[in-house]
Amino acid sequence: MSHNGRRRYASRAWLALMYMLTVLALIPLGLVLWFTVVKGLPSVIHPQFFFNAELPPCEPTCPAVSDAGVGHAIIGTGIIVGLASLIAIPIGILGGIYLAEYGVARWSNWVRLASDVLVGTPSIAIGLFAYAFLVVPFHHFSAYSGSVALAVLMLPIVVRTTEGAVALIPNGLRESGLALGLPRWRVSLQLILPAAAPGVITGALLAVARAAGETAPLLFTAFGAHILELDPNGPMQALPVTVFKYALLPYKSLQDQAWGAALVLIVMVLGINLVSRYVLRRQIALAGQL
Amino acid sequence: MATAVETKPVVGLSRPPREGFRVVTAAVATLVPVVLLLIVATLVAQAMPAIKQFGLGFLSGTDWNPVTDSFGALPAIFGTVATSFVSLALALPVGVAVAVVLAEPGHTRIRGIVGTGVELLAAIPSVVYGIWALYVLGPWSYEHLEVPIADHATFITWLSSPAVRSLFNAGLVLAVMVLPTLTAISRDVIKAVPRGMKENAVALGATWWETTWRVILPSARAGIFGATILALGRALGETIAVTMIIGNAFVIPHSIFQPAYTLSSVIANEFTEATGTIYPAALVELGLVLILVTLAVNIIALLLVHSTSREARLTA
Repeated sequence: MSHNGRRRYASRAWLALMYMLTVLALIPLGLVLWFTVVKGLPSVIHPQFFFNAELPPCEPTCPAVSDAGVGHAIIGTGIIVGLASLIAIPIGILGGIYLAEYGVARWSNWVRLASDVLVGTPSIAIGLFAYAFLVVPFHHFSAYSGSVALAVLMLPIVVRTTEGAVALIPNGLRESGLALGLPRWRVSLQLILPAAAPGVITGALLAVARAAGETAPLLFTAFGAHILELDPNGPMQALPVTVFKYALLPYKSLQDQAWGAALVLIVMVLGINLVSRYVLRRQIALAGQL
Repeated sequence: MATAVETKPVVGLSRPPREGFRVVTAAVATLVPVVLLLIVATLVAQAMPAIKQFGLGFLSGTDWNPVTDSFGALPAIFGTVATSFVSLALALPVGVAVAVVLAEPGHTRIRGIVGTGVELLAAIPSVVYGIWALYVLGPWSYEHLEVPIADHATFITWLSSPAVRSLFNAGLVLAVMVLPTLTAISRDVIKAVPRGMKENAVALGATWWETTWRVILPSARAGIFGATILALGRALGETIAVTMIIGNAFVIPHSIFQPAYTLSSVIANEFTEATGTIYPAALVELGLVLILVTLAVNIIALLLVHSTSREARLTA
């Protein structure tokens, strides 16, 4: 084979290898989804799984259809993540607006660096922080402390995505508002923020999805509970905690509950993710029209 | 009696600029660095009893015994570093390959699907990876990777005595988890390589691979390195999935196919049951070591990634 022929051949071989590695990268996604569905479905097809609370292991005389469920964990996740969102989303949006509108200030760069570092901070360390601040002084575990831990996780995500979305808005809109004599806060909150809403909502949804899947910061804050708890001042169950605790126990009935909870969790988290992606695509299309 | 002179301006133009909104948003934004510092400060304060008692010996000690209040972190530090390196060794070639494929022009639909797929890997909760690793990946890897490798490499001790819950399997699941970080940032830095450089190489007769390997990847090198370090930060701090598959043995294993422990896993498993003063403080000190290492790693990585994108902008 000629020298050039060999070079072309080698190039094609490397290209093929790159594509094969790309396919390899997607295999785990398929496998995780497949096994979660296959192993979780037998629990999830019974409606009581969504309403009942968990049951202790029934071995060796398990009924054909288990009455166990993760209703208490679904509601618990809703309350804990909801409270976290109430804290993190407004603060994150205002912080993001600051970075986008006054982004040249030297202080902004420090805030940006801190956000990016906080995104990479181990969630278990944030859990320890919430424990020291909100569990130790009150001498009991609480959903509140779990919410604060999750809020710390969500905050930098909301800040950075809001900044990105607001920065996409053309300067013309800002200038027209200011030319009409509107004060800056009205320009930012009533003109720019609505125009950037899809991007901001995407960021908030991504943060919610991330928080809903977190286990480590809840282990010693919200702690978990075996029954439905609605008081955020006490311990509360969450879906990821159910998966973590029951997957490791040697009872088939509990492992089934764990797989069912994992399926509910993954559907929730990936659902939120896909919705936010759709919203973001619309935002980019809209920004292109402006 | 003198009358006060009205100095109020007639037109609004000479009004001083309103700074209220800037001040309020700046104050809110400042919460982010404040929280970060507060986390570190809190961990230092909570770990103080252990820091005072053990000093630097905490980092080199290998004994972890709550009964005798004797605590050393070395096995956990070793496990954290070892799992992270196994995961990067596995994820780096794959991640860069995906990034190269994604940064190519054309076939936007297929590339869109691949890109979304890889990003969804990042969206799957850690605990779901954990249960999958425990029941699917771990047993598979034990049978099809660990046992064959151990059988063929009988003379290498660090590749012997396979187990389902092992340091290697923890690294394997971590590799899947850090792949999206690695890919997303590598793709961006590869895309930021000026088009002219690629066109010059092609015009000189270079093939696709020669262009990629000798022109594109070298100029994206620092950024890819930054992406790797950022992925390292993620791998170091990952807790739940690792806790479920690593086997939770507080030793420095003689083989990567043996159970081990990581800093975050020790905290996740033991913190709620820790009583007394020294034991919880020692666990928090593990968290402090972890957060300081990840902070340093993340800051280095961010500086690397930012400097390459700035360079690319200057040369473009």
